[in-house]
Amino acid sequence: MSEQTATAEQPEVDLLTPVLSRNWGDERAWKLTNYEHVGGYRALRKALQQTPDALVETVKASGLRGRGGAGFPTGMKWSFVPKDNPNPKYLVINADESEPGTCKDIPLMMASPHTLIEGAIISSYAIGAEFAFIYVRGEVLHVARRLQQAVREAYSAGYLGKNILGTGVNVDLVIHSGAGAYICGEETALLDSLEGRRGQPRLRPPFPAVAGLYASPTVINNVESIASVPCIIDNGADWFSSMGTEKSKGMTIYSLSGHVQRPGQFEAPMGITLRQLLELSGGIRAGHELKFWTPGGSSTPILTPEHIDLPLDYEGMAGAKSMLGTKALQCFDDTTSVVRTTLRWVEFYKHESCGKCTPCREGSWWLVQILMRLEAGHGEEGDIEKLLDLCDNIGGRSFCALADGAVACVTSAVQHFRDEFEQGFHTPAWELFPYQKSALFSLPTKEKAKEGAHR
Amino acid sequence: MSTKKRVEASEAAEKVPTNTGAPVNAELGKRHHFSSHFADSGGVDFTGDRTTAITDQTRDEMRQIAARYPQARSALLPMLHLVQSVEGRVTPAGIEACAEILGITEAEVSGVATFYTMYKRKPVGDYHVGVCTTALCAVMGGDQIFSDLQEHLGVGNDETTEDGKITLEHLECNAACDFAPVMMVNWEFFDNMTPDKARETVDKLRAGDEVTASRGARVCTWRQAERVLAGFDDGRADEGPTAGPESLLGLDIAAEKGWQAPAAPADGTEAASTQEDK
Repeated sequence: MSEQTATAEQPEVDLLTPVLSRNWGDERAWKLTNYEHVGGYRALRKALQQTPDALVETVKASGLRGRGGAGFPTGMKWSFVPKDNPNPKYLVINADESEPGTCKDIPLMMASPHTLIEGAIISSYAIGAEFAFIYVRGEVLHVARRLQQAVREAYSAGYLGKNILGTGVNVDLVIHSGAGAYICGEETALLDSLEGRRGQPRLRPPFPAVAGLYASPTVINNVESIASVPCIIDNGADWFSSMGTEKSKGMTIYSLSGHVQRPGQFEAPMGITLRQLLELSGGIRAGHELKFWTPGGSSTPILTPEHIDLPLDYEGMAGAKSMLGTKALQCFDDTTSVVRTTLRWVEFYKHESCGKCTPCREGSWWLVQILMRLEAGHGEEGDIEKLLDLCDNIGGRSFCALADGAVACVTSAVQHFRDEFEQGFHTPAWELFPYQKSALFSLPTKEKAKEGAHR
Repeated sequence: MSTKKRVEASEAAEKVPTNTGAPVNAELGKRHHFSSHFADSGGVDFTGDRTTAITDQTRDEMRQIAARYPQARSALLPMLHLVQSVEGRVTPAGIEACAEILGITEAEVSGVATFYTMYKRKPVGDYHVGVCTTALCAVMGGDQIFSDLQEHLGVGNDETTEDGKITLEHLECNAACDFAPVMMVNWEFFDNMTPDKARETVDKLRAGDEVTASRGARVCTWRQAERVLAGFDDGRADEGPTAGPESLLGLDIAAEKGWQAPAAPADGTEAASTQEDK
């Protein structure tokens, strides 16, 4: 079925399909008994009766693609693990959710950590790993608590440890809290960090499937990808692929944020549109219009209102020269200065650049310098060309995709809103777009809003 | 060093344009809305007071952490969280203990300790208050909340109040954008913040009143939080809600409209039969 064609004239289509989020409203959903009560760990029992190869085939057949941004087919990633490698194999779950705008994995782990843990056990068995890690960003204390407790519960119930449910399968799982570094969401930087080093990306090849953690075969998947495995095993590949579009299968979590009436999480089949999501959530806040939005976090090129009818799937977004990314739909209304948001995103990348590659480390710093001038209305002739030239020399010239994300928000903003950058030659952004109008609350005095944000 | 002295020292350090080489930029940074800097770069201070709270028990706990992993060095990040829970920051003694237990050099430990923003080289107050100022939260009011708290507390970014209670810091995106603007206290979520709510929260913290996160537990101290991040249970996992209202919005709308995912195959053997079809 194709959800992207669903409109008001076809009310029979279920626009939202809660699967991963279906128990988030339950009382104490994070407890093992409550998870089992809604069918939890049934998929694990089914999985343990099958061969690992059969599980890999089912996940392949489901069409599940990585939910962390890149969209690589999960089953195919699993099949790259060499069978003849004598080293132990590892599963590493990337729970370092830090991409600006992205906020789907944190509520999942907070509400239903066992969904992820059940997926981790099944996935470990499928790839032949006896040791798995959940690398969760450090800045989410309560998520760490819930995950740690869920792991203890799973060990007590015999779902983790040696000889799981009497089948002879062994899986150990460690919750590993990071320490504040966006770059550790990049899979090879995450591996270095998990090895107790500075989180800096590695040159590939070798790919982690061959030489990952401790130079051993390693599969790294996003939280939502692994959390989707139990329902696929439980209900079948056909059930999963009956949702979504031709090449983007299944349901997924869309995160709507910004100047919308009601922000929040929406689990829908792949291919829903922003217009549909905005209609469900009451649209942009009263008296304002959508100005620009990101489809999947700040690393995905920004889009405009003309794009809101495109299917939010991998192909639909690539067709608009953007990316589906993490399905983090940050919506900004007509009060927002594009120069301001671009500066703040690039400041983020500058801060989070690990410093390994010169174009990214130095280039992001220079981008900030120019964007600061433009925000303050002190831009100089040629600054926009200089920005684009810098972007040309940063993107694609570094080990990892952080640099590409850093320039994507600049080039797309200039593409769609060049006039606003030109106005930065003479007028401060806060005069063009008084900042207090963008805030959700009224500010006490006009004077205060002008004070330095970070000083 | 006393908190006040540290504040002065950090102010003095700020006057030196460390990274902004061109004076025009430094001047711009003072005048307009956004000032860019690399805060707190540099190494761990190995001079000065070397008294330490690290004991044999701390070392035992460090070995427990190391034992969780196939290779001990993987334990370094949680071990540094443990150091902070004992010392209130990353100290030379903490670095030495990590190096000794893992059999690596102090330079290797320092290199890691100075890479990650959650590791602090200056003492942190009882409560670490972070305000998100990445693009979306900044625009939605985070900038205002942050500048308002600076004024209210009388501290700058990454500085601690004189009573040692609150350390204020601006944060990059904390993965709660549907709850923007977001504030964190000891890495617990305080959702949908306003300047008034933020002020009220820090006042309660300073007064020693119990404060509970929007989605989380009763707020513990920063040191206790660091201990949890090192992997030691504090018994608070069952506090707080399952999810915030924003997290449940799609679920609520689906329930209201009667929308749901396709029904699962009745006999529950679909997964196996799919395999046979192959």
